Amino acid sequence: MSLLEVKNLRVTFDTETGPVQAVRGVSFSLGHERLGIVGESGSGKTMTGRAVLRLIRPPGRVDADVMTFDGQDLLNATEREMRALRGKRIGMVMQDPKYSLNPVMTVGRQLTEGLRLRDKLGRADATAKAIAALDAVQIRDPARVMEAYPHELSGGMGQRVMIAMMLIPEPDLLIADEPTSALDVTVQAEVLSILDGLVRDRGMGLIFISHDLRLVARFCDRVLVMHKGVVVEEVAAANLLEAKHPYTRGLLNCLPRIGGPRGPLPGLDRSGAWATEGAP
Amino acid sequence: MTALPAPPPRSRLLPFLGQIALGIGTLAITLLGLLLITFIIARVVPTDPVLSIVGERATEAQMEAIRVKLGLDLPLWQQFFIYVRDALQGDLGTSIRTGQSVTAEIARYFPATLELATLGTIFGTLVGVPAGVLAATRPGSIADQIVRVVGLMGYSMPVFWLGLIGLLVFYGKLDWVSGPGRLDPTYDMMMQFTLTSYTGMILIDAALNGAWDVFANAISHIILPAGLLGYVSMAYISRMTRSFMMNELGQEYITTARVKGMPEWRVIWVHAMKNVLVPLITVIALSYAYLLEGSVLTETIFAWPGLGSYITDALFAADMPAVLGGTVVVGVVFVTLNMASDILYRLVDPRARA
Repeated sequence: MSLLEVKNLRVTFDTETGPVQAVRGVSFSLGHERLGIVGESGSGKTMTGRAVLRLIRPPGRVDADVMTFDGQDLLNATEREMRALRGKRIGMVMQDPKYSLNPVMTVGRQLTEGLRLRDKLGRADATAKAIAALDAVQIRDPARVMEAYPHELSGGMGQRVMIAMMLIPEPDLLIADEPTSALDVTVQAEVLSILDGLVRDRGMGLIFISHDLRLVARFCDRVLVMHKGVVVEEVAAANLLEAKHPYTRGLLNCLPRIGGPRGPLPGLDRSGAWATEGAP
Repeated sequence: MTALPAPPPRSRLLPFLGQIALGIGTLAITLLGLLLITFIIARVVPTDPVLSIVGERATEAQMEAIRVKLGLDLPLWQQFFIYVRDALQGDLGTSIRTGQSVTAEIARYFPATLELATLGTIFGTLVGVPAGVLAATRPGSIADQIVRVVGLMGYSMPVFWLGLIGLLVFYGKLDWVSGPGRLDPTYDMMMQFTLTSYTGMILIDAALNGAWDVFANAISHIILPAGLLGYVSMAYISRMTRSFMMNELGQEYITTARVKGMPEWRVIWVHAMKNVLVPLITVIALSYAYLLEGSVLTETIFAWPGLGSYITDALFAADMPAVLGGTVVVGVVFVTLNMASDILYRLVDPRARA
């Protein structure tokens, strides 16, 4: 049985000028594998990730025909049941650690609060577990980082802390929402290889949301290509270069290549029927 | 591999103490500036201090004698030096009206204002912060509308009118509270003659003396004006809390806390509140300082012998030393509260400590 099953997912925002659908009927299923979701800004990839955790705040609404996690219905779960899933079984790493870590709490408190509150661990046990988690993301001086505030960390370290925080409860599914977009390229590679290693070792399911096609192709097993809230194509990552859909082809053509022709890159051709299809 | 950024300082206390010392230095300079301004005002205003002491029929020689006695024949810089020296020693001059030391008089009046303003600020904070949080977590709901309308009323209704209506309803009609003044006359006598005064604040003094009947009477007197001032500061605090809280709840770290499965009370009251506190401390301190100036209208309506009515009375009597003494005290209160909020601000926001 698959870990996560989503059929016809819709995320709607009721605005003053009528409802706006950010996600319009997305379906996919996920086992203990690594699924990439790519698409341009506003294609609904982030909303898809947050809808799974039911973290869309009003006025946003989430509907779907089916949305189950490990057999449990996510649509009709109570808030209490959702809280038991969040953190414990599903984690999420966000884009920029500058904003996703609480600026006035020490790293240590943020890492241990779940352990202390939810798992009722004592201070010493929780600290030991948190330090082990920081070790696992290759932070060299975990005891010192525990005492630090987020603004005292670099972006790469902040993102490792975030990954450590989400992996402490050993979830079955991790949603990584552009986890490296706010980092510079060398740090990106480090953080990704850490994430990759941990996901492989622990056999977690991963939803990797990115706008970087090459990253997704290298990092995932399967790729969903989203555009305007709809999945336009689903391909195995290995076959991404052979993708058929004109939007995916367009995105691929925009990528610069070493040794490629040195003229201007082609823009995305939006003249096809797909570009206006079902548009509001 | 990762290189550590600048290591966090081993002790967070030491730089913090340094900042406090720096703050005190700034405070001293500010106060010196304040004294300079009040000194200049005293020399610029067209009331002649000599004339108001000796009266209009004094001879030239008598006036000269007083002028020398007051030190007004000295050069200005010397006069300022003496003024600062005296002020530092707690001597703000002699009231023309009463012939008593201004410092001693303010020491009698200020505790009444301090008591009232403190209680008002406590009311305002205890009601305003939860009300603002409630409104921010349910924007557009009935609760939000109520908080907004009640807050708007506190903003827009003149405080003297509210005070009069309050007296009419709760004192005149319902007889739930006592009327104007700090105590009933009997208790006032007790307070003056049989009880020891420690702070000049009746609630604290009565409690220290164990005189609980006096305490109860003082409560029934203070509850209405303190409630009124509390309402006004609540209106301000709840509005600011609502807007700060809404801003924080939209931040990404709030999503992180929810992803971690934290219950909603903890998301709001721990994760968001710790961040809301940073600007809120300044708001509460400013509103407290505003009440400590002595709200003249409230003190007049409730016959409250506080700083506001002291300064107003002195002003009408052209009692310049008293007015300026009161101004200096108000200035000191403002600067001190500002510094206190600065220190608290650094305590709650680690980014401000660096």
